[in-house]
Amino acid sequence: MTQRVAVIDYGMGNLHSVASAMEHVGAAEVIVGHDHDAIRAADRVIFPGVGGIRDCMSAIRDLGCDQLLDQALRIDKKPVLAICVGMQALMTRSEENDGVACLDTIPGQVVFFGEHYQDASNERLKVPHMGWNKVAPAKPHPLWHGIETGARFYFVHSYHVVPDDPDVIAAHFEYGLTGCAAIARGNLFATQFHPEKSHQSGLQLLKNFLTWDGTCS
Amino acid sequence: MPLAKRIIPCLDVDQGRVVKGVNFVGIRDAGDPVEIARRYNEAGADEITFLDITASHEERATTVHTVEQIAREVFIPLTVGGGIRSLPDIRTMLNAGADKVSINSAAIDHPELVADAAARFGSQCIVVAIDVKRVSAEGASARYELFTHGGRKPTGIEAVSWAKKMAQLGAGELLLTSMDRDGTRNGFELVITRAIADAVDIPVIASGGVGALQHLADGVTRGGADAVLAASIFHFGEYTIGEAKEFMSGQGITMRL
Repeated sequence: MTQRVAVIDYGMGNLHSVASAMEHVGAAEVIVGHDHDAIRAADRVIFPGVGGIRDCMSAIRDLGCDQLLDQALRIDKKPVLAICVGMQALMTRSEENDGVACLDTIPGQVVFFGEHYQDASNERLKVPHMGWNKVAPAKPHPLWHGIETGARFYFVHSYHVVPDDPDVIAAHFEYGLTGCAAIARGNLFATQFHPEKSHQSGLQLLKNFLTWDGTCS
Repeated sequence: MPLAKRIIPCLDVDQGRVVKGVNFVGIRDAGDPVEIARRYNEAGADEITFLDITASHEERATTVHTVEQIAREVFIPLTVGGGIRSLPDIRTMLNAGADKVSINSAAIDHPELVADAAARFGSQCIVVAIDVKRVSAEGASARYELFTHGGRKPTGIEAVSWAKKMAQLGAGELLLTSMDRDGTRNGFELVITRAIADAVDIPVIASGGVGALQHLADGVTRGGADAVLAASIFHFGEYTIGEAKEFMSGQGITMRL
């Protein structure tokens, strides 16, 4: 199986770590860009994201990355991995930046953790949710292969996704609430955490993505 | 507490070389930041901070190149600080592979840079570095102010109110260094660490003065820090990252082991 990976770049920051991590786990070729033909030629696609949602969404639309993503996901049915703001951009709407309409690929909302955020025992929780938290898989999925239960992954976000359909949730995290750490639906997998920054567990997930056939079983 | 407290080894880099002395067993070239970063990555560090202490602007290209090389091999978060003065500086470092940038004196000169940077790149990648010294007399109620130029130049700015202001402007994290303690190995300045950690809703990294594992634990349990940064105790191989994590875990602190 050839392993050409395209990382969709819409100009919002550090994509090289995703690309380097994919090379590190054995991708034959990693393309970073938004060239239509190059992305169509890839075997699998990564949709990353860093930064404020408003600027991300306008860059995604201005550069036609929404169409690239639709092509890969729905028409070509390639395995797609969305990361962090990339996952948030797939939802219907985000509260960030006074409310921004997103791609509505996965119906649901992106919501703020809250001001003066606390857990049930009134312990104060800092926002952004920044650091290494445990990820609890909600169901078996090929991308969890070889990752121990309760492994910690690196998160950095102030907003989290709430899908309308809880069945798409592939993993949870605990941070004052039970949040959605990952989504799985057909050939799409999405993570709120950064696998490319999560050392061995993250690299294992990316390695799994590289051999994933795009099905959920 | 679900989130693990973080241990962050810090590389002070001057013209592409790690200074403050590094003496890892098994590294031929102990000053190579890429090699050292790779070692810390393998040893279980939770993040790496790279502080470019090069004074001259001409050496920036070296720094960018080094950051690129580190980012290619290190799969944990990387923060780059030193000489970050503008949105293009931030863009350059993020493009080179930094996950966060640390803004220090530019935040004092132009506080709006923090707001602009957070709006443009997201709060998650904007760290504001705060270098403080105690200015109150012995016995008087503690007052800490910001200093620049390695602790030589006073600014008259009170530290806790400054920390709150930076958080309001959109900083995602604060890197608090006690210039009184830096290099002393006497432990963090816990009074100001606790005061700032309690005053803001964003994570605080304690820095300056670590000489023993107990100091790291104290930074979290007594200082209220979310992460602890240290250089020399790791550089000289006195303790490994793993030993530090085991020690802190043994004191009831949640760690990524």
